[in-house]
Formats: sequence, C-alpha cells, structure tokens
Amino acid sequence: MSLVFAGVTSHGPGITARPETADPVVRDAFFAALGSMRQQLEAAKPDALVVIAAEHFANFFMNNMPAFAMGMADVYEGPIEDEAWLKIKRRDDIPGDADLSKRLITEIMQTVDVAFAEEWRFDHGISVPLHFLTPDYGLKIIPVNINCQGPPLTPLHRAWAFGEALRRACDKVPERIAVIATGGISHWPATPDSGKINEAWDRDFLDRWSRNDRAALTAYTDAETYRDGGQGGFEIRTFIALAACAGGQGDVQFYGPIPQFAVGCTVGVMDIVEP
Amino acid sequence: MSLYALQKLLFTLNRDPALQAAFKADPAPVLDGYRLTDEERGAMTAHDVGLLYVLGVNGQILMHFAAFCGFAWPDYLEAMREGVRRHGPVRAGVYALTSSLDEKVAGL
Ligand SMILES: [Fe+2]
Repeated sequence: MSLVFAGVTSHGPGITARPETADPVVRDAFFAALGSMRQQLEAAKPDALVVIAAEHFANFFMNNMPAFAMGMADVYEGPIEDEAWLKIKRRDDIPGDADLSKRLITEIMQTVDVAFAEEWRFDHGISVPLHFLTPDYGLKIIPVNINCQGPPLTPLHRAWAFGEALRRACDKVPERIAVIATGGISHWPATPDSGKINEAWDRDFLDRWSRNDRAALTAYTDAETYRDGGQGGFEIRTFIALAACAGGQGDVQFYGPIPQFAVGCTVGVMDIVEP
Repeated sequence: MSLYALQKLLFTLNRDPALQAAFKADPAPVLDGYRLTDEERGAMTAHDVGLLYVLGVNGQILMHFAAFCGFAWPDYLEAMREGVRRHGPVRAGVYALTSSLDEKVAGL
C-alpha cells in the first residue's frame, strides 16, 4: 500500500543496560515518549517495520563493508550483546519477511546499489528500539544498515538518495510499511568521552530534521560532524534517510541529554507527504 | 602497524566462542593466525585494553574484548585513560580521547 509511519529514536545500549544510573525524571519522560511512539506505530497498523540502523560490526566489517545493506530473511537473531549486560533476551526467532524484502530491494536497486543479506544478527542499534516499540516481537522486521562506522562512510547525499528509493519501494508494495531510523545524535560512545553530549549541535540538527531541510541536513562534512558530534555523530545518516523517505515535517516529541546513556535521547515522528 | 589485522582478530574473537576458548587456553596459536606487530601481539597477550585503544582499535570492537577479559564498564573507561597516560594519544581511527585524562564525563 504505502508508507504508514515514520519515526526516529536513539539506540544507546545504556538505555537498557543501566537505566538505574540515569536521572529518573528525564529517563521516565524518555521512556514515556517511547511508549507513546509505540502507540502511534501500532495505530498506523503496519504489516512490517523497516529499521534503518547504524550497526557496530554485528554483521559487516572492513573486509567487505557495504554502504547500504538490507535484510532479506524470514527470521533474524539478536541481540549479539551479552544478555546480562544489555538486559535484552537473545532470540533467534525475530520475524522477517524475505519476500517483502526482495520486492523492496529490487525497487531500491533501480537507483541505489544496496547489498542484501539473507542472514542478519541485530545488535543494540536495532534491539534497543525494538525492546520499547515491539517488545512482543509480533511485527515483521526488515533491517537496513548504513555504514556510519568504518570510514570511508556513506556520503550524506547518498543516505538521502537511499531514503527516497526506500519510499518509492514502500509505495509500490501492497503491504503497510512503517519505517524508523535509529542513531545519534552527538555522542562519543565506547571511549573515555562516553557521556559527553553536544546539546546545542543536537538541537540544531533536530531543527534541520524537523523542517526536513534537505540542503541543511546534507551540508555537514564528516570533519565537522566528528568535531562537533563525535564519531557517534556519524549516525545522523539514518535520520537523514528517514527524512527523505517520509518527506514531511518532523515532530520532536522528546529530546533530553542523559549522559549515563551516552546520548541526547530523542523520539521523533515525521509526517508522511506524497512525493 | 597492522591495525586491520588486529581489528579482524578482535572482531572474530568477539563472536566466536570456540576461538574464545582457544584464546583463553593459549593465546599464542590464535595470534599466529594474524599478521600482528610485536606490540599488538603483546597487547593481546597481556589483555592491555589501554594499549589496544591507543593503537586505534574501534571502541565498538574493543568494548566487547574488554568485557570478555572481565572489565566492568568503569574499569574499561579507566583502562583507556591509563593507556593514553602510558602510551600517548590514540594513533589511528576515530575513537580518540577528547576529554581530559582525569575527567569522568558521565561520573564513571
Ligand atoms: Fe550507535
């Protein structure tokens, strides 16, 4: 049928691994916003959920790093992280839809060279958002990865092109498709800087995202992003692809820096506008 | 500098329980399978997370090895700071230290 829901959320592993360390007021407001996002997602009655993620070497490594990859399997596994650490139970029965993936990928390939993968192990980049949005794992998931981790990284204007291609593909299938992007915004994960957050940079980015300002969203150089948003800031690619996919104005329903989660925690939903 | 081989080893070790068992029993034969410098080899054998950090191992790979070696999260952060104290700034990659060495950014 078409795209029926578009949203963005953070995915820092601290969100599930160490919730007790965060300021309860900000944390509970963030969790409430995620709960509200879940309700909005369910109200859209999707048949499948595409998750545009930025993985951390769960499946892809510098021996063969795709700029874009998409899952094409009936079942997925995850999370790869230690269950006791991430506090999300590992499953090997997360439902996918290989046939739907194949149709989406076939259409995307008309304009963007996306790699496909008939096996995929989720890391916290997908498992943390799903833990809040589809905790009973009843919704079919289609994972997407944009290389935000091993330079040379996917250029921002190509992330935009991928989002447009994904939208065209969604509009050509009979199923109702929801899409979420996860990542960012500024953060310095897995370093001694973990917990540093550039709130001003985050808010400026979210302003560009909310306006769906293509030129402003794709204007960052990687050097600027690295300086102002850290190596975790490279994950803005997922939010940019989502904006291109949805096409409308974004509603930032929650933003709050939580150093113990290493990110400015974000929940946003974007209007879907006809291309 | 053979950072690629070092990271390939860690990436493989992170996800392969059989290799983890072999590495625990005797790291030398496992390390023989990768073209490592003596410094890289020594860091792996000594579980020197701080030196691995300075050598440029991506944090998303290194944090799993630190957990495998039994480092709690605050100890992992401190090991990286200690690595920079002993060996100087991070030599490669994008996981450099930008906070000061005595700063505990998130209180950890
Ligand atoms: Fe991430």
